[in-house]
Amino acid sequence: MRAAAGSGATPMLEAQDIARHFDVSKPVLQRLIAREGRRTLRAVDGLSFDIPKGTTLSLVGESGCGKSTVARLVVGLYGTTRGTVLFDGQDLSQARADSTQRSRMQMIFQDPYASLNPRWRVVDIVAEPIRAFGLLKDRKAILARVGELLTQVGLSPLDGQKYPHEFSGGQRQRISIARALSSNPEFLVCDEPTSALDVSVQAQILNLMKELQQRLGLTYLFISHNLAVVRQVSDRIGVMYLGKLVELAPAESLFERPRHPYTRALMEAIPDLEMTGRQRIPVGGEVPSPISPPPGCTFHPRCPLANARCRVEVPVMKPALDAMVACHAVEEGRG
Amino acid sequence: MKAFFDSDIWWSFRSSPVTVISAIVAAVCVFGAMLASVIAPHNPFDLASLQLMDAFKPPSWEAEGDPVYVLGTDDQGRDMLSAIMYGARVSLMVGFCAVVFSTVVGVTVGLVAGYMGGKVDSLLMRIADIQLTFPSILVALLVDGVVRAAVPREVHDQIALFVVIFAIGVSNWPQFARTVRGSTLVERNKEYVQAARVIGLSPLRIMRSHVLPNVMSPVLVIATLNLSFAILSEATLSFLGVGVPPTQPSLGTLIRIGNDFLFSGEWWIAIFPGIALIVMVLSVNLLGDWLRDALNPKLR
Repeated sequence: MRAAAGSGATPMLEAQDIARHFDVSKPVLQRLIAREGRRTLRAVDGLSFDIPKGTTLSLVGESGCGKSTVARLVVGLYGTTRGTVLFDGQDLSQARADSTQRSRMQMIFQDPYASLNPRWRVVDIVAEPIRAFGLLKDRKAILARVGELLTQVGLSPLDGQKYPHEFSGGQRQRISIARALSSNPEFLVCDEPTSALDVSVQAQILNLMKELQQRLGLTYLFISHNLAVVRQVSDRIGVMYLGKLVELAPAESLFERPRHPYTRALMEAIPDLEMTGRQRIPVGGEVPSPISPPPGCTFHPRCPLANARCRVEVPVMKPALDAMVACHAVEEGRG
Repeated sequence: MKAFFDSDIWWSFRSSPVTVISAIVAAVCVFGAMLASVIAPHNPFDLASLQLMDAFKPPSWEAEGDPVYVLGTDDQGRDMLSAIMYGARVSLMVGFCAVVFSTVVGVTVGLVAGYMGGKVDSLLMRIADIQLTFPSILVALLVDGVVRAAVPREVHDQIALFVVIFAIGVSNWPQFARTVRGSTLVERNKEYVQAARVIGLSPLRIMRSHVLPNVMSPVLVIATLNLSFAILSEATLSFLGVGVPPTQPSLGTLIRIGNDFLFSGEWWIAIFPGIALIVMVLSVNLLGDWLRDALNPKLR
């Protein structure tokens, strides 16, 4: 396990009890008429994790559990409501103010059709971070660097003269990666980089990302809802439910011995050839609204192991062998 | 250039005869107006060449018409055709400048409001809403009245043209602002803008180089449709006597002068500038309609 080997050194990223709440209340006048209070959506509500250098942490969960919000929090696109994010030991807002530090973090987005400016040539898209950070001044040098980056992600340097609409989804995602790499980052936040792609193309992009990680020593925060994808790229995996981490474990351990009932339910839902015809136990019910989450453990309305304690007391992350789990049932050995 | 002739836009232009005709008409109007001092048969503002004997000549095809004055003459003996060409020049110039003014103001306000959001957005859009509640003619009359009261008469004649441009431009910008704000709200949340924010580009730079180019096509359409509206507003103001100074008559001024003689039988003095105005506005409007359809991907 690389995480253990890296202990002692400063992690690339450390999140301490981060939270992000959104104000979703109606306009003042309507609130007064309807006699309603303010309503806050707790997209992320108290999350702690760290990512040692050179490793990949994945966050998985259903849609609406706050994964993408975490991605935006750790690159500073959103401010935190509570908690701190440390980037290489430095407070994120300080790191964001310093252009050298800022150039060390980059982000890859979900939708390859929205993440490239349709009016720009590929060469300008990829060169944008280089120009913004003033890494290279000479036009020729920039062109050469862009050509190099395009080759690195498996495109031709000649593709630089084309516009994004001339490429397929997978090729566009490669352009996104080239743009992210152009500022020589060490930390990449990948917000569902493969979910909009065909399965065959997904594998190509994942392989490319793994290869780049080995070659350039990158650190990834990988957001996904696809467990098969996550298994392929991760060192450690965090499972999110309603804005909180419920389990954080090394990748193989999580797949072999899922502990939290929610993680187990997710594992049950993975399609598998060997399990054809076998009875599946689906997770009942819907994800509750993050505007008014249930009291106690937020998973209790859907949990097969829930008891009276789960309905009132909020579980905290506690170590269980090589993993961290937030579950009363696991702690008491009821599972 | 070849790329242009292969494009969808050119194809949709070619396949619509109405559009081709209005483009030709608009081009004739624009060139006739711009080159008035070169191609007009007379100079209606050269007092030395004016003959009061020639006043009130009907068009050349009428019994008393003079072949020298194709569209007849007005009460001062000025050639109507030349006066229309010079007048169209003023009308077009005022209309064009007013549209540029409202585009610049409207696009800037819309971009800032849409991108910044929150309180800035509310404030700017409420100002636009307030502006929209005043009819444009009222705003123009107000601006003109204030300026007239504030500056002496000689100065006013010199700056009258700018006052009209400002008055018309200021009453039209909210339309641009609203459209641009709407498109900006959509573009702002797209991931290419977020990618630029991750790099740490300043809001100003993101607005200019990322958002602006992607919100411009609806602006082009509104600007074209607004050009005809601005020309009409200018004609209305001049007809009411608060527009351009009498030393630089526009089409509206010509119609007002002609209006005095309409009931005494000299119909041509009002009718021909009126027709010129209608033809010009109609052709610009038809071009604008076509542009709106051609740039709308859903109608292709």
